[in-house]
Amino acid sequence: MVQYLSPSLDLSFAALSDATRRGIIDHLGRADASITSLAEKFHMTLTGMKKHVAVLERAGLVISEKVGRVRTCKLGQRGLEAEAKWIEAHRKLFEARFEALDEVILEVKQEEEDGSANE
Amino acid sequence: MDQQTNSHAVAQHRTAVERKSDRELAVTRMFDAPPRMVFKAWSQPDLFRRWWMPKSVTGVSILSCDMDVRTGGKYRLEFGAGGDTMAFYGKYLDVVPNERIVWTNEEGEEGEEGAVTTVTFEERDGKTLLTFHELYPSKEALEEAMMGSAAGLPEQLDQLEELLSGRA
Repeated sequence: MVQYLSPSLDLSFAALSDATRRGIIDHLGRADASITSLAEKFHMTLTGMKKHVAVLERAGLVISEKVGRVRTCKLGQRGLEAEAKWIEAHRKLFEARFEALDEVILEVKQEEEDGSANE
Repeated sequence: MDQQTNSHAVAQHRTAVERKSDRELAVTRMFDAPPRMVFKAWSQPDLFRRWWMPKSVTGVSILSCDMDVRTGGKYRLEFGAGGDTMAFYGKYLDVVPNERIVWTNEEGEEGEEGAVTTVTFEERDGKTLLTFHELYPSKEALEEAMMGSAAGLPEQLDQLEELLSGRA
């Protein structure tokens, strides 16, 4: 959608464009899962999966809890709220845009009225 | 007043955002002017650049705005924010004056498919019901835009940047 020329933003995009990590979030959106079952589902080693989950945990997207010998992962508050927040941010941006657009439209209207009054 | 599905939001001139499907988002808003005036403010670059990125909210200023609003025409917008530059570009797939503008949002990477945006201007008793609709090529692309949006989740981006610079 947007070509960001800022290197720091590119890095952030890179983090979330990781297919496995996106897949984990998508999967946890439907059901909680253990690290073992995630590793199986995404065909990777336990160690590999632990690393991905750790990245997501540090970003607040996923939380995990160890009960007995099993570590269960679920969506973190950020993961759950991400969509709602984004939609609200999107709405605010458009609201500001459209308020500015109202002003421009008012001018267009005024010009047209002045134009026809002078005819 | 006539019966409309979103009459409540429209009556208040409220901006409504709805996730229509896995791949679609729609924004609606009522404007107190006929479609030809709203279309004019949208299709003339000197008018468009005055409202598209309100600086007070986005902190972004428009550096350049080239728009050739007709079917097959192209656009390129450049923005500046805190020393960074962003570019948006693409082409108009379909333009029907006073009714509809459809354009592509091209990705930075060569050949990568971006979202397609359709804005429609519908007459409602001398006013205009505007719908801004975005169709992403996939569910993943929409989610990426949602997750990666600088406007949406600045805190999360900061955390990820920290994380990544630690890993690099």
